[in-house]
Amino acid sequence: MSKAATASKAPAEAKERPARRLTRYGIAPLVAATVLGLFILTALFGPLLVPYDSVATSVADRLLPPGSVVSDGSRALLGTDQDGRDVFAQVIAGSRVSLLVAVTVVAVAGVLGLVLGLLAGYYGGWLDTVISRVGDMQLAFPSILLAILLAGALGPSLVNVIIALAVTRWVIFARVVRGSALSVRNREFVDSARVMGASDLRIMARYIYPSCVQPLLVAATVQVGLTMVAEAALSFLGLGVPIDQASWGSTIANGRDYLASAWWIAAIPGIALTLVVICIGLLGDAGRDRGDRASQAVMR
Amino acid sequence: MIIYLARRLWQSVFLVFGAITIVFLALRVIPGDPASLILGSSATPDELAELRQSMGLDDPIFVQYIRHLGEVLRLDFGESWRLGGDAFAAVLERLPATLTLAGYALLLTLLIGFPLGVYAARHPGKLVDRAVSYFSLTGQALPSFWVGIMLVLIFSRMLGILPATADGTPIALVLPAFTLALPFLGWLARLVRNGTLEELGKDYVRTARSKGLSERVVFNVHVLRNTLTPVVTVLGLVLGNFIADAVIIEQVFAWPGIGSLMIESIVNRDSAVAEAAIVLIAVFYIGLNLIVDVLYFHLDPRITLETV
Repeated sequence: MSKAATASKAPAEAKERPARRLTRYGIAPLVAATVLGLFILTALFGPLLVPYDSVATSVADRLLPPGSVVSDGSRALLGTDQDGRDVFAQVIAGSRVSLLVAVTVVAVAGVLGLVLGLLAGYYGGWLDTVISRVGDMQLAFPSILLAILLAGALGPSLVNVIIALAVTRWVIFARVVRGSALSVRNREFVDSARVMGASDLRIMARYIYPSCVQPLLVAATVQVGLTMVAEAALSFLGLGVPIDQASWGSTIANGRDYLASAWWIAAIPGIALTLVVICIGLLGDAGRDRGDRASQAVMR
Repeated sequence: MIIYLARRLWQSVFLVFGAITIVFLALRVIPGDPASLILGSSATPDELAELRQSMGLDDPIFVQYIRHLGEVLRLDFGESWRLGGDAFAAVLERLPATLTLAGYALLLTLLIGFPLGVYAARHPGKLVDRAVSYFSLTGQALPSFWVGIMLVLIFSRMLGILPATADGTPIALVLPAFTLALPFLGWLARLVRNGTLEELGKDYVRTARSKGLSERVVFNVHVLRNTLTPVVTVLGLVLGNFIADAVIIEQVFAWPGIGSLMIESIVNRDSAVAEAAIVLIAVFYIGLNLIVDVLYFHLDPRITLETV
């Protein structure tokens, strides 16, 4: 009888699996990786091919729709903005800022989180209490609020945006690493290393760290996407990168005032951002499915 | 039970204290000299010194911090130089607008997310189920401020059926509330779906079926009731997130709530108002988390101190 009960549930699970497996391990991660590859190439080399100058305004070319020919004879593929600047060049310049901020923030916060998480998870005791409590305090605060607060206090600059976002993100990495460190620190291979006389530093680097890598990478992937959205949000509010640098967020903010006459200014950078973030999400998801242990650590 | 409550309460007090400290650090320590910010670049050194003296800025930072804690406990955040008058009063005045917005967003999340989740659970693997599971993953990563602008573009500018900004009519709530709700719709639906599927596999469902109850009664009376518990508690957390997310979304729709006030204050360096707004939002957030924990306890008698 109990077998029948489990069987009645099993088909439901079985039914959804093939479809999900197809989308997760089939073409979806491949498409996502391709899109992200293009995005990274664009961010690295795009500004060299299509330079963007925030000061070079052209009154004659204001608010031209996508595909228009501008006064210097070239074609504005994605239209122009309220000052006659090319939206295509702006989006490409924005991709560089977006990638730069996201990667730097995740690298800084990731290393900080890794070190603090390892210390907290391995040593435990008062060190763990202090690190965990500071983390709790910070997480009790909606992270976007903290970022807004810090970015506002520090003033608009690329470095300040990176600082503000890194400060809000380290906790996530520290938690993931602490969780993995806790789960292995009393395992036999760690004990045996200790018995062999390995130093704490060596144990952390050679025996604890490897088990933290995968959850850390999964968390990092997810955070790259979230950081890109956070940077765009800060720039949208006028608290992000300064106006002489194009950010997807500030271009969207400009476009908001011209929705009725020039929808493309706000729509196009947003589409780019959404596309990239969804692709990162898809990749992160595929990575998460690889290891159960990794996913548990991230969920925690 | 009492011990658990006391511990959670103490934790929350600690978190509020932490939030006040973080805000103090960010607003009073990082930006440098508040006196020169208030008086501007034309101030003479004498004027600056006098203002610093009267604001107590010459005291050691620790003394300032302790005094500041006392002021915050008395809800005295100082005067707003931009709006004139008490900063906290200015924030309280904007509170109803934000709460209305967050409340409607919660209602939308529930009205759309719950049925969607139940439907997905009853038809696993079908189109709706797959859409829900996909959207719950991507929904929260979407730049919702941009989604809001696109909704304005479609429904206000192109179709002209909904107002883009707050004009006092209830229908002006639709777009901002939906924008707030969107990232959490799929999330709630997935939660309901997984909870329902789990409940459907339990023994009491088999018992109910075997005593001849119709599938409708089994589902509506027995299963739904058990899926509601996690939903009720999660909604508290969602509400907290709505109040935080509203900071950005209010800016998109020019909604006259705490969030837009806070951004205006930060941009204009009106730190008294900014601080009052942030501390209030943080207290809400922490308070809702506390209520959720207590409710969770209260709603499900199977949960005991050992399982927490």
